[in-house]
Amino acid sequence: MSGNMNLTLKVWRQKDAQAAGKFVTYKADSISPDMSFLEMLDVVNESLTKKNEEPIYFDHDCREGICGSCSLYINGHPHGPKQAITTCQLHMRTFHNGQTITIEPWRSAAFPVIKDLGTDRSAFDRIQQAGGFISVNTGGAQDANATLIPKVVADEAFNSATCIGCGACVAACKNASAMLFVSAKITQLGLLPQGQPERYSRVQAMVAQMDEEGFGNCTNTGACEAECPKEIKLTNIARMNNDYFSAKLFRENHVHDGGGE
Amino acid sequence: MSEFKQTFNSSLGKKLIMALTGLFLCTFLIVHLGGNLLLFVDDQGFAFNSYANFLTHFPPIEVIAYILYISIIVHAVYALVLTLKNRKARPVGYAVQSGSKASWSSKNMGLLGSILLLFIVIHMSDFWYAYKYQHVIGFKEYRTDLATNQTTVSDYTPASAEFERSISTENNVEIVRVKDIHSRVQASFSQPIYVAFYVIAMIAVAFHLLHGFQSAFQTMGWVHQKYTPIVRFIGTWFFGVIIPLGFALMPILYYIHSLSK
Repeated sequence: MSGNMNLTLKVWRQKDAQAAGKFVTYKADSISPDMSFLEMLDVVNESLTKKNEEPIYFDHDCREGICGSCSLYINGHPHGPKQAITTCQLHMRTFHNGQTITIEPWRSAAFPVIKDLGTDRSAFDRIQQAGGFISVNTGGAQDANATLIPKVVADEAFNSATCIGCGACVAACKNASAMLFVSAKITQLGLLPQGQPERYSRVQAMVAQMDEEGFGNCTNTGACEAECPKEIKLTNIARMNNDYFSAKLFRENHVHDGGGE
Repeated sequence: MSEFKQTFNSSLGKKLIMALTGLFLCTFLIVHLGGNLLLFVDDQGFAFNSYANFLTHFPPIEVIAYILYISIIVHAVYALVLTLKNRKARPVGYAVQSGSKASWSSKNMGLLGSILLLFIVIHMSDFWYAYKYQHVIGFKEYRTDLATNQTTVSDYTPASAEFERSISTENNVEIVRVKDIHSRVQASFSQPIYVAFYVIAMIAVAFHLLHGFQSAFQTMGWVHQKYTPIVRFIGTWFFGVIIPLGFALMPILYYIHSLSK
């Protein structure tokens, strides 16, 4: 078919978490410009399978940009060179015929490589479990209009809630810091009335878990914001810092014991 | 107490220490530049030498000076600790590093800071240490005729090694004898290599503060739609341009002046 592209791929291959990895070069021929990046990898994997070679492992699930499974550090950018999309939304027309594409996994001590391009991102799950929720007992739902929320606040919370937890912020950050992710989760809950009771315990618990996981420390470069497929804002990190210092330095976190009996 | 210890050992706590010491050093630069503008007074160093004497003999300034030295050390040590932690957070780097949208200075704060630390060590040993602890700086005698307000200058050799400064009035002539740091400044700034080093260091200050000043506010969580543009304006134009330019003009103008002698 005319208009199809022939590409050279340099792909990180690593047998398992313990093995040393290396780049292996593959030819990807007759690639339709209308394919997504993951479909292109499917084509390559099909030919590898036919040749009885181990296919390239990569994470994917919904393929419509909302699950946060796909990753891939493509030619120096998480989710490839285009703005505000995930790898599954990246089309091959972004590249040109004959181009060499280097594909690497997310690089972070907290995201160890499981195999090839797939990394273990369960560190994010543990941060969420540390406090990224609201504790509500089930029961009869109250009237939706009983709790009024200003539009600006609702929009800000919703924008932060669009974070899909893919880890592109960590991948893009020169310090492999997870602060954009953590701050998005803190903001999403901390701005809304339902999140208030646990606002200050949440920020302390989530930051502590983030530190425990071995992520780096933010130096406010803004690389995360520029590469985030959901365009999560750096201002969230400032909000997280503010809540954290407020909780740690100015709030009393325990009931006063003794006295008053 | 242990709660504070835990706070300042956390990622955000260490960043807060960087921000607070950094901002304190920024305020110091304003005072330092203001005082050093006396170098531009054409009085053969009378005002500047008197100012230097005041700085080294006024107790409250001495106290602030030691807080300043501690701030420099803490800022540098924490920068090193955070940088090492950030390196550990990404043990395997990327093969392809494309230009991200983060500013150059935000990605090179460590390099810029190292240049500044080297500068501070040389700068302090040449002026502060020589002034306070070595007997290598001569004295000047300024005789001001109080009737005509004419000042004449001559070298002065004190009788005792303990001599610091004297002010006396004889026959309507005020005699001020003071350590002549001004001549040392003049001598240093007549060497092209020295001048070049100072100018390079001031360029490093400019780029360091271009990111650092506004970054400190982000770290403290002081980000606000109405005030952040003001912070950025001050960080860019005042700390990124005016302050370093003011300092750089001192060696440059003194060098040009030394050529015409």
